[in-house]
Amino acid sequence: MASIGKIARRSFLIGSAAIVGGVAFGAWYVSRPAPNPLTPGAGGGALNPFVMIDVNGITLIAPRAEMGQGVQTTWAALIAEELDVEMDQVRVLHGPAAQAYYNQALLGEALPGKGYDKTSFGHALAETLGRVGKVMNMQVTGGSTSMADGYTRMRAAGASARETLKQAAADLLGVARADLRTEKAMVIAADGREIAYADLAEAAAGLDPVDAPLRDRAQWRILGKPVDRVDMVPKVTGTARFGIDVRLEGMLFAALRMNPHLGGAMRDFDDSAARAMPGVDRVVNLGDGIAVVASNTWLAMQAAEAVEIDWEMGPNPPDTGAVFDRIAAAFDDDANSTMRDDGDAGTLPEGATEITAEYRVPYLAHATMEPMNATALYSGIKLEIWSGNQAPLFTRKSCAKAVGLEPEAVEVHTTFMGGGFGRRGELDFSVYAARVAAEMPGTPVQLTWSREEDMTHDFYRPGALARFRGAVQDGKAVLLDGKIAAQSPTQQAMGRWLGLPAAGPDKGTVDGAFNQPYAIPNFRVRGYLADLAIPVGFWRSVGASMNGFFLDSFLDEMAHAAGRDPLAFRLELARAEYAPAAAVLEAVRDISGWTGETPEGTGRGVGFCYSFGTPTATVIEVQDRDGQIAMTRAWIAADVGVALDPRNLEAQLSGGMVYGLSAACFGEITFAEGAVVQQNFPDYDALRIHNTPATEVRILQNQDHISGAGEPGTPPAMPALANALFDLTGRRARSLPLMRDFDLLV
Amino acid sequence: MPTPLTVNGTRYEIDLPEDVPLLWVLRDEIGLTGTKYGCGVAACGACTVQIDGEAVRSCQVALADVRGEVTTIEGLGTPDAMAAIQRAWAAHQVAQCGYCQSGQIMQAAALLAENPAPSDEDIDLAMQGNLCRCGTYPRIRAAIHSASQMMKEA
Repeated sequence: MASIGKIARRSFLIGSAAIVGGVAFGAWYVSRPAPNPLTPGAGGGALNPFVMIDVNGITLIAPRAEMGQGVQTTWAALIAEELDVEMDQVRVLHGPAAQAYYNQALLGEALPGKGYDKTSFGHALAETLGRVGKVMNMQVTGGSTSMADGYTRMRAAGASARETLKQAAADLLGVARADLRTEKAMVIAADGREIAYADLAEAAAGLDPVDAPLRDRAQWRILGKPVDRVDMVPKVTGTARFGIDVRLEGMLFAALRMNPHLGGAMRDFDDSAARAMPGVDRVVNLGDGIAVVASNTWLAMQAAEAVEIDWEMGPNPPDTGAVFDRIAAAFDDDANSTMRDDGDAGTLPEGATEITAEYRVPYLAHATMEPMNATALYSGIKLEIWSGNQAPLFTRKSCAKAVGLEPEAVEVHTTFMGGGFGRRGELDFSVYAARVAAEMPGTPVQLTWSREEDMTHDFYRPGALARFRGAVQDGKAVLLDGKIAAQSPTQQAMGRWLGLPAAGPDKGTVDGAFNQPYAIPNFRVRGYLADLAIPVGFWRSVGASMNGFFLDSFLDEMAHAAGRDPLAFRLELARAEYAPAAAVLEAVRDISGWTGETPEGTGRGVGFCYSFGTPTATVIEVQDRDGQIAMTRAWIAADVGVALDPRNLEAQLSGGMVYGLSAACFGEITFAEGAVVQQNFPDYDALRIHNTPATEVRILQNQDHISGAGEPGTPPAMPALANALFDLTGRRARSLPLMRDFDLLV
Repeated sequence: MPTPLTVNGTRYEIDLPEDVPLLWVLRDEIGLTGTKYGCGVAACGACTVQIDGEAVRSCQVALADVRGEVTTIEGLGTPDAMAAIQRAWAAHQVAQCGYCQSGQIMQAAALLAENPAPSDEDIDLAMQGNLCRCGTYPRIRAAIHSASQMMKEA
């Protein structure tokens, strides 16, 4: 494999931002270990950044955002497995913002390349590049990377801590480390003497860490089986503390208003009425908006509404039609990327039947259940911030800058998140709270966005257009040529996170299209970037959330044009390209009892997408109920390589599907006067209990690398439903949301 | 003049304007944060509490209009002494992000009090006002059936 030095001196395209290794940071800096940020109590020790044992017991650090995906439980289970402690013997904390908690898998995911065809060299390169994430302060939860990131490193952290504790015991007892064993947080000697980890931690923390080989899967006690989530009892008793639940002595509550005309400035405001309202402490001029601080969030929201504000219009086209005209205009420019160009997609094979189609998907809001919020306390020399966020180091840096402090003077407390879906990787809500707190030193303040502010000031999943041309011959796909145009969330986010200029081929625009494991001899995918300043961001499954619908819907059209069963058509293409992809299609065929035939009044559709390293296939069944269409059943098969917690994987895949189906059915952000029209759940609804299908999930483990499950359930759900509607009605859905063209059960 | 309010068996005197919704009295005044703000317009159910056993959206009930005793998720059970419905929720590992679950549980508890053995249709009718963006609905349904069983056997 390439040496770290060589790699660090080269330029890399991270998404679409160029990172020049040799300029930004030296190779020595990349390989230097990050300091351990933990500070154990007296008599205790931090054996590494992930294991701390002191008077509070055994604490495992799971420094990833818990936004519902169960990451803290499985992350802790990886450590506990090798550490030889039981899950009920540990407490699990998120821990501080720290370089030691960088995500080693995230940058690898951003490398160009299809993914499923990655060689050993490619995996090694991704891992090596991943270490650059440390110096880039990439403590980020996203890209379905947590398990790929933690799978080896966290077991190694547990194994090393265990062996180091054994060494401390060996020194104490005057026996060889190899003669000791461990169980339930105890070191046990051959003669039966037992020493608790707690009594060894201080001595062990002073030793050089001992490396140890990882145990074979066959020996696992905790991993591979369902583990009760560490956050479950708090979450069913109302005692889990989300960001919005932070309560500090003397705390005040704030509400915010920002310019609805996205990107526009604030000219002037009149707060005389607001300042006279009950409970109001002050009105803060934020330059680009106002905050009202009061004794109660609701009183603050009422007063914020009473401020009369003169807003400037923003730089974006006024309405949805004009926005999409701008997206369509991107097709007239040169392609930003051609990430797949197999065969000759420019030439129609002789005798083949050509089909073409244009698709469209809208902008989407994240609509987390917990609206954006953060709590901050500024002392003049220090800032503390409590924030449910997916990027603690970026949060620290940007809050520091906003209040004129060094990052080291800012302490970030990462709380539970009431949904994230990518939204909480942004920094705005934390920065606004810090700016309000800076106006009132010594008084903690919690800033909560109303649902309306949340929905109208999101970083949206971009709207997108796709133009596809395909050809079939003798029942087979012989050509697929796709063009996709959209804004790039990656380019915007890199600017917000790193302040880096963004350029180059943008993988996100074509992710979920160019990297599909289908052996089509002439297969090309090109991306086009729309020139718009609408705030866009990472939305659960990112590019695959639109391209899964585009490419897979079009494959369905091609299958019908070829006179083939849609599932068999995909299966044949996948078999010739990537066996694990074919296996999930076979699995979903088997569990759904797919025959290709459906009774009158019933429709079925299949969808497939390879995203975030996980091939996932979904079948949706719909039924006509007196003219209204209900989703009755769903089946999902996915291959994650190694299934660490099958029950949680099932929850993630089915939850990801519901998120995708909600968007496919009802999700749409539109614009008028450069402002978002939708305000709240009544005009941005989602699936509810009565219209969510009964779901069966099968997890496969054929792939030779572990992959994630937080996002891959989302992309195939949308085409599966659209294809089912075609099967039921004969009408092809080429535009989302489906409620516009179909009478869906609401 | 302070407004009297009884929550989870404790009587409070609330010194807030009478039009402040119960939700914000609970969260910001009393400090019972288990009840959540989601939409403020009774469209998501995250703020559901019970008043004299009836499930209500606390974002829509003004302080002055609370007639009866309020029960919140904290009053239903505690981590050390969970109610049957909370035990069912834990057994099915229902929660993902968990933000909506206080409201889901308070709504389901009211359903079970009125209808100890609800059918799937009964559950659909009673629970469709409670939004869950994580999509935990199948496990919510299973947990309600389990809780129904547990309460019958108790």
